[in-house]
Amino acid sequence: MSEIADKVKKIVVEHLGVEESKVTPEASFIDDLGADSLDTVELVMAFEEAFNVEIPEDAAEKITTVKDAIDYIEKQKAA
Amino acid sequence: MSNGERAGLLLSAGMNSGRRRVVVTGMGIVGPLGLGVENVWSRLIAGESGIGEITQFDASDLPAQVAGEVPNGPREEGKLTLSEWVPTKDQRKMDRFIHMGLVAATEAVEDSGWKPQTEEEKCRTGVMIGSGIGGLQTIYDASITVHEGRAKRLSPFFIPSALINLVSGHVSIKYGFQGPNHSVVTACATGVHAIGDAARLIMFGDADVMVAGGAEATVCPLGIAGFCSARALSTGFNATPQQASRPWDKDRDGFVMGEGSGIVVLEEYEHAKARGAKIYGEVIGYGMSGDAYHITAPSEGHYGAYRAMRSALQSAGLTTADINYVNAHGTSTMADDLELEAVERLFGDDAKKLAMSSTKSATGHLLGAAGAVEAIFSILAIRDNVAPPTLNLDSPSRESVIDRVAHTAQQRPINIALSNSFGFGGTNASLIVRGV
Repeated sequence: MSEIADKVKKIVVEHLGVEESKVTPEASFIDDLGADSLDTVELVMAFEEAFNVEIPEDAAEKITTVKDAIDYIEKQKAA
Repeated sequence: MSNGERAGLLLSAGMNSGRRRVVVTGMGIVGPLGLGVENVWSRLIAGESGIGEITQFDASDLPAQVAGEVPNGPREEGKLTLSEWVPTKDQRKMDRFIHMGLVAATEAVEDSGWKPQTEEEKCRTGVMIGSGIGGLQTIYDASITVHEGRAKRLSPFFIPSALINLVSGHVSIKYGFQGPNHSVVTACATGVHAIGDAARLIMFGDADVMVAGGAEATVCPLGIAGFCSARALSTGFNATPQQASRPWDKDRDGFVMGEGSGIVVLEEYEHAKARGAKIYGEVIGYGMSGDAYHITAPSEGHYGAYRAMRSALQSAGLTTADINYVNAHGTSTMADDLELEAVERLFGDDAKKLAMSSTKSATGHLLGAAGAVEAIFSILAIRDNVAPPTLNLDSPSRESVIDRVAHTAQQRPINIALSNSFGFGGTNASLIVRGV
């Protein structure tokens, strides 16, 4: 697993208070990990802070799974 | 007067005239004396103090360095382990005052045994929990984030963490209570206003059950520094914290900040009886007034307090002769003697038979939670026929015929008790409770 994926997973575990094993790439923040809309706003902020990236609102809205977050951040970092 | 005659008088008069009766069927406390109503009450009666050095932040550069903080530790020792009450992942979405309210509300609701099953029952159960100040530390932290130019990093939970009515909101969500959802904000009178107003909602038929009380958590830099600036806090007992809260004593020099929450479950009498609920007591009188005088100081003679107490007596259809115990507002400030004067004036000759104490001597001043915690103490004083003590009352600044229960609790017959709370802005509230 990439360093980014590892860090994303850690942030999700910490913010949503879920078991690490549940944070699979396909897991949806809202449907599988018990987040509500405010949780997802906070998660995106945490990603921005941790990876020093800007995630605009329209992009943030498309980040609904763990994999979405990893992909978006990896793309930003590669750019 | 026989009990039957007394009951008849109570029912025929004032607040209870043709209205639904309101009883207390559940109680919860978390505060400086710890967690759990029975634990806190037994420590109070034993003359223990919950005041100590401030540990939640470094207060060494502030004039006041003592407070009544909630002790952390195992539940079986009467202490708080927050994660047992509020899931860790949810804790940072709420200010500490909401944590306090949730802990005491959970205790109270579980104690009451009330579990509404039908939609109708849920809709007839409401919540009215207030706070004097709300999420002060949360606002402080958020201000720093904005000040550092990181406004876009502000947590989406900032606003719902700081809002006063969110204790009521969280309690309703936790238990599915869909009745009136309300919140009181009247500074240090909040707790009494919340219970009195919630009782009236039940009397007037808006609900059958109300979870009511106050929550506060202002042992934080802004809270302590703010009240220090207002010259309201004790500063002369930093080396001997347990002596700092000393209502009516000549050496008192300000109140001691306390934190925590007191919550009661109020219930319509027939409703409680029908489900075989344990009944602690009945709310029979409630009176309110405004000083219309000064933002922080009561007027000479404290006529606002006098009128609140008189109005509570009228609403209960009682006279001063019926009151056996007064739980005073008594914050350990100069205003203590004004309240004393008002009680003496109202009670006249009946003052000689009266016991009046300030339990803030042991707990400190829980601001918006104080009135609710003290209403619970008043109910327990009736249950056990015990007047809790006023600690540190070594040498009163003003003599009185009223027994202020200095130092040690007193076993004495207590059938009806009155509890006072007064707040900044010149707001006064008195509650009268009796056994059932």
